[in-house]
Amino acid sequence: MVDVAKLQQSAWPRRRFSIRSLPGFTAIAILCFVLLYAPLMPLVFYSFNAGASLAFWEGFSLRWYVAAWENDSVQDATIRSLVIAVSAAVTATILATMAALGTTRKKPYKGLTAIYAIINQPLMVPEIVTAVALLILFASIKAATNYHGLAYLIAAHTAFCIPFAYLPIRARLEGMDLSLETAAADLYATPWRTFRRVTLPLLWPGILAGAMLAFVISLDDVVITEFVKSAGQDTLPTYMLGQLRRAITPEVNAISSVLLAVSVVMVTIFFFLNRRMR
Amino acid sequence: MEFSAGGAPQELCAGLGFHTDNIVESAGVCVMLDANKIIERTGSMDVAGEGNAVTAGKAGLRQSAAGTAVRAENVTKIFGSGEDQVVALDNVSVDIQQNEFFTLLGPSGCGKTTLLRLIAGFELPTKGDILLEGEPIGHLPPYQRPVNTVFQSYALFPHMTVSENIGFGLQMLGKPQAEVMAEVERMLVLVRMEALAKRRVDQLSGGQQQRVALARALAPHPKVLLLDEPLSALDLKLRKEMQIELKQLQGETGITFIFVTHDQEEALTMSDRVAVMDNGKILQVGPPREIYDHPADRFVANFIGETNFLTAELTSLNKSGGQVKLPSGKSVAVTLADEEFSEGQVSVVIRPEHAQLTKAKSQATLTGTLRNIVYIGTDTHYHLQLPGDTPFIVRSQNQRDALESYNQGDELGIEIGANAVQVLRD
Amino acid sequence: MSGLNQAPALDMTGKEDQAGAVAESARRAEVRGNVLLTTPALIVLFCCASGPLLIMLVYSFLTAGDYGGIIWGISGDGWSNVFMQRDIFDGTLSIADAHVTIFWRSLKLSILTTVVALILGFPTAYFIATRPLKTRNLWLFLITIPFWTNLLIRTFAIVEVIRNQGLINTALMSFGVIDEPYQILFTDFAIMVGMTYVYLPLMVLPIYASMEKFDFRLVEAGYDLYATKMKVLWRIILPLAKPGIVAGSILVFIPSLGAYVTPRLLGGGKNMMLGNLIELQFGQGRNWPLGAALSFTLLLIVMAALIIYVRGVGKSDGQHG
Repeated sequence: MVDVAKLQQSAWPRRRFSIRSLPGFTAIAILCFVLLYAPLMPLVFYSFNAGASLAFWEGFSLRWYVAAWENDSVQDATIRSLVIAVSAAVTATILATMAALGTTRKKPYKGLTAIYAIINQPLMVPEIVTAVALLILFASIKAATNYHGLAYLIAAHTAFCIPFAYLPIRARLEGMDLSLETAAADLYATPWRTFRRVTLPLLWPGILAGAMLAFVISLDDVVITEFVKSAGQDTLPTYMLGQLRRAITPEVNAISSVLLAVSVVMVTIFFFLNRRMR
Repeated sequence: MEFSAGGAPQELCAGLGFHTDNIVESAGVCVMLDANKIIERTGSMDVAGEGNAVTAGKAGLRQSAAGTAVRAENVTKIFGSGEDQVVALDNVSVDIQQNEFFTLLGPSGCGKTTLLRLIAGFELPTKGDILLEGEPIGHLPPYQRPVNTVFQSYALFPHMTVSENIGFGLQMLGKPQAEVMAEVERMLVLVRMEALAKRRVDQLSGGQQQRVALARALAPHPKVLLLDEPLSALDLKLRKEMQIELKQLQGETGITFIFVTHDQEEALTMSDRVAVMDNGKILQVGPPREIYDHPADRFVANFIGETNFLTAELTSLNKSGGQVKLPSGKSVAVTLADEEFSEGQVSVVIRPEHAQLTKAKSQATLTGTLRNIVYIGTDTHYHLQLPGDTPFIVRSQNQRDALESYNQGDELGIEIGANAVQVLRD
Repeated sequence: MSGLNQAPALDMTGKEDQAGAVAESARRAEVRGNVLLTTPALIVLFCCASGPLLIMLVYSFLTAGDYGGIIWGISGDGWSNVFMQRDIFDGTLSIADAHVTIFWRSLKLSILTTVVALILGFPTAYFIATRPLKTRNLWLFLITIPFWTNLLIRTFAIVEVIRNQGLINTALMSFGVIDEPYQILFTDFAIMVGMTYVYLPLMVLPIYASMEKFDFRLVEAGYDLYATKMKVLWRIILPLAKPGIVAGSILVFIPSLGAYVTPRLLGGGKNMMLGNLIELQFGQGRNWPLGAALSFTLLLIVMAALIIYVRGVGKSDGQHG
């Protein structure tokens, strides 16, 4: 006779069987999060180093932030980065919004697949290939017109920012109830007024999210900028790349920390936008 | 529109502007109310949409046929092309009268919603045309038609408050803000939502959203109001209440209502006339009683209410009717509306409530074996089997003192009332 | 018996066609409008993304100029130099070992990176997807921040950690595990670590997106039918997460193959990847046609990988992205 009660008593105190947990997954996940953030700690940490080393801590100081702030090249690069990022983000968002309106929730028409391919190309092609192609193209134009301004960078950035702006806008548009626009038309709103009074207000969080993503992508870009820029046209990332080739001082850490803080702020805003979109 | 709590008979007028000083000018309908019941109606019946900017330009609009609000003329609508094209409407024609509560009834996919959308302007007909008071509108976009829709999903604008939603149509028509606000107020009173004017629509219950959708569609005073299964999302009790309210609303405003539903009980309750549709065609149009008592064909008979089908033989055909010989051998008299019938085999329908069970088998019109007794509170349904395995249902209202009681397996007679047998045209 | 309301007979010929024609032209106008809306974006993209690729292809068939740039003369050198080299003295062609090594390294490292990212990323995505809604946003927030942080910063952070005076070596030495700094930086391993670190969020996010909608009642059904945890993972969860896995793998493999910054910082001059080799041709190497040809080869490999992956392993969800 099996004494069930005794059997259950003598068993190991088992953890409650959880439907969803898989062995080791939680551990790996936590490990990943730790590993993702661990290297960033010394980076930020040493930006406050009083000394010039990246290994030996000599006390707390803000000197590298000050140095970066006062550094002409850094100022120059920062302004250029911002100008390019804002121009590219705004333009890309407008173009992406139009493209999203033209391609979403429609009955499939000829050429739609080709359009998707072109819009998503920057995501599917390695940056260096695009960078090389643009270098070649712009070199010819520079030789012909002798124009060496920011336009090339802005154009290039706008191009690869479009798919990044497109995705959130499209996602938002697909989630919108089509009958709202039908109702507006029923209530005497012309297509333009329907867009302005119904579609646009509801699409707005998606557009903002797209703009933010485009801004960040532009700000962060290294490879294409490096290839396309003319001499002396540094953005923050290319400036830092240059610095990393030479003597590395905690100034780089300082700039990195500031950029990191900017990312955190942007992601926070993005998440608040997402909440509103739900 | 305000309602008083009682007292002396009051005169109320409905129409755009609500300037009731001069009844003639307001082009509205005035009713005499006594304790909130309409006891008299005066004024022009051409109520709806007169002040509507869209229709103001069409002041010369006069009805061609007497009182026709909407006419669909040989309308065909085909979706898609080639092999997988769908014929949603197949050469459909119908006249809908002014001030009518008209229902399009049919199962899913029958084309009723498509027809509604064609009238609203969300689709354009492949063939044929839609006329509004005699003027063709089939080619016009929806924002140029003085027709408004209450959507099945309500389609309320989530980023606007209740008031803003209701006022939207009038704003789009360019009405001055003061007028818009006044009209919104009136609509809120009409649908009893004054307290929730500033509420955002996602904070409303289903029933409240429905009222807002209704108010929003009525505010611009359209000539025709289209309702696309607006009650399907409500629970039963609320649904029944709204059915009565909608019916009253139609009566008071005098606007032509075109209502779409698949619920035949709803159609019978609310409508002045019903169009039964199936497979892109209109099978029968008529008042509810006529549809129920005199279904034109098998589908209509089956779709509306419960019914029994029998094969019989039509004999002794004359001008007003004839004799129908039932499978049991007994004959009954039938009246036929027109001369499209010929003698021979026909299908007949008999409503379960027009039959009665009796123990006197030999004199009864039909006989059968009782297979099942289903008790439904107010009624009892007796499921019988006739010789030849034909099923037959008899419905009888439960009386307090039941005279007869029957048992399963009993051989019983079925008495058919006079004029209860309908001959179908097949 | 009332039948259909018969409208008085009207002359409908011509009117019928008119209605159909109106519908047809309305539809065509709508399509035209849509195309018009999309066009500006397409123009920009064509000029600054797709179009230049064609120019690049043309350049690969031209002759290298002495100081960079090109001379307008057709030459097969660009393409032949991709894998071959011409002996300076006797002009014979032989395999360019250096190039082959670089191609091989790039393929090897990008595949390894993808695999490691998958092994680390899948559990992470699964973990986030199984968090209760309240905390889930926090985890998503934490995984998104690295995604929105500059690639350069994150690579640099890795450099800091693995270099000889960096975190790991200092820690190991102070604990007495090793006497001398262990050379991690400037190895293939360093590149792989760097790329995995940089591209991990790109693996996690698509997998999360497909796991988010996962119906865990299927897992319950599996357990009900006597499956063990590993079986459930292998036979129920993984197949249904496939679209996300495919998307994540693509998003990691492609940038890895064409990586430039990361191998540059972590590999030094010796351990070059394809990206560095390409860059060389536009800098010191002064061989633009070769650079163009190499770029195009990279593009072809990526296209091939995409096709193989998408067709062979599974269908990607949706038409784009």
